[in-house]
Amino acid sequence: MSTLNLDVYMPVVILIVLALLVAGGSLFLGSLIRPQHPNKLKETAYECGEEPIGTAWANFNIRFYVIALIFIIFDVESALMFPVAAVFKRFNEIGLGGTLLMSIFTFVLILVAGIVYCWKKGDLDWVKSFNQVAPTQPSFGKKD
Amino acid sequence: MNSTVVSYLSQSNEFQNIHAWLSKALGFDASSLMAFVIFAIVALIIVGVMATIGGAGTYAERKISADLQARVGPNRVGPFGLLQFLADGVKMILKEDIITTNADKFVFNLAPVMCLVGVFATLAVVPYSSGFILADLNVGIFYLVGMASLVGVGVFLGGYASNSKWSLLGGMRGASQIISYEIPATITIISIVLLAGGLSMKTLIGAQGGGMQDWFILHNPFAFIGFFVYFISALAETNRAPFDLPEAESELVSGYHTEYTGMKFGLFALAEYIEVFVVCGVAVALFLGGYNVPFDLGTGALFSKSLGLDSMLSQNIGQLLQLGAFFTKTLALYYVVIWVRWTLPRLRVDQLMTLCWKYLTPIAIFNLLGCAVWMYAFDGKSIFALIMAATAGGGAHH
Repeated sequence: MSTLNLDVYMPVVILIVLALLVAGGSLFLGSLIRPQHPNKLKETAYECGEEPIGTAWANFNIRFYVIALIFIIFDVESALMFPVAAVFKRFNEIGLGGTLLMSIFTFVLILVAGIVYCWKKGDLDWVKSFNQVAPTQPSFGKKD
Repeated sequence: MNSTVVSYLSQSNEFQNIHAWLSKALGFDASSLMAFVIFAIVALIIVGVMATIGGAGTYAERKISADLQARVGPNRVGPFGLLQFLADGVKMILKEDIITTNADKFVFNLAPVMCLVGVFATLAVVPYSSGFILADLNVGIFYLVGMASLVGVGVFLGGYASNSKWSLLGGMRGASQIISYEIPATITIISIVLLAGGLSMKTLIGAQGGGMQDWFILHNPFAFIGFFVYFISALAETNRAPFDLPEAESELVSGYHTEYTGMKFGLFALAEYIEVFVVCGVAVALFLGGYNVPFDLGTGALFSKSLGLDSMLSQNIGQLLQLGAFFTKTLALYYVVIWVRWTLPRLRVDQLMTLCWKYLTPIAIFNLLGCAVWMYAFDGKSIFALIMAATAGGGAHH
């Protein structure tokens, strides 16, 4: 059990190779029989039938990057929690459950402090100023 | 090598005979070679079965949606339209492969392969039965969570590399959604790991039993809520409706795979349908007792004792029962996933993020603490064990 046996990972490698074979094989098989008539119009990006304006690789909504940043923090913290969780039952059986419980609580407290901070800063809202702007009434047919 | 399909087969006499003969013929210990051959064959079988389930999934999806909307659904190809997915596969192979001029060609081709690799790699640890498991890694569920996130990378790269605005929007949404919902899913998985006391799939399932009272979903109230948190997060992680914003056909054309044609699109679809099966399998393994069969029928000891069958034969019967239990539960969940898709409307992107970060994540953290306290306070007993002990009186206190 305790010795490192890399044979256990053999199926993983086999499955990854199989995935590459399935993808490559079906594409290769297709390349033998499928038609190939490229033209300029066919190879432009789809933009509802209009010619595409500019490139899609432009500045993009910052919201997605904030989400990614929050994710990194939580993901690392949850990855660090796996080992503690895995040994918790065994520690509990030999009477050391309280120690681990306290360490889990401390750790989760820091995690919760992080999420509360993000929440208060409004980083969990999709549109940050959504609640601060007064709702505007639709004013059809009125002059303002 | 412990408790995989190879160690299960190595109990039989035939395996021992072939092993001895091969070792003599080759002049070295052939156990690794035989393990490789068996792994390769079983991996091929599993991939074949999964591709069929993925294909049948597309058929089931159309039939069930037709049923829910009082239509007939596919009924032209083969009896009841059963061969529809084969026709679709042939069609996809025959379609012209178009790569847009401005796309990043290398990444464009890499993205669907990445999705497929991520999903296939998770298949290694899915526990079909106690003997029929490819790799019982000691980090099982951790490995699965890690490999499954490769799909998110594939979705994002696919959207980015297309250099189309629809694709970029879909890819960005997909990436943010998949990584966001990974948090509640992972924290819920951690709370189940707390209950089971191990990361390997066999430990997780071994800690449960065949009867419903031994399943983790009914272990304590926190795990019960945890199942729904995990299931909702899993739906979002696999981009299934009502969380199908990355492909949202009515607003983003087809999202991250707008520019993909033919088989490359097919690979995305195949990966998605197999991933749905995998997350359903994980939900079954974590919460619904996995491959456990009631009354310990899975070990086959009963058959050899009461019916006088050969021990290997009775073990095989037990394995078949376990496979049946696992697939029945998983396919039932699969049906629920499809059912949900055709019942609930799609969320808006801000609602999606609110649901994840303001509801599911705090609930998941609360469940984690609740499970930890429960384990500590009640010595890891389930709620049923506590009720039994309470009704039995003072006998439980020793």
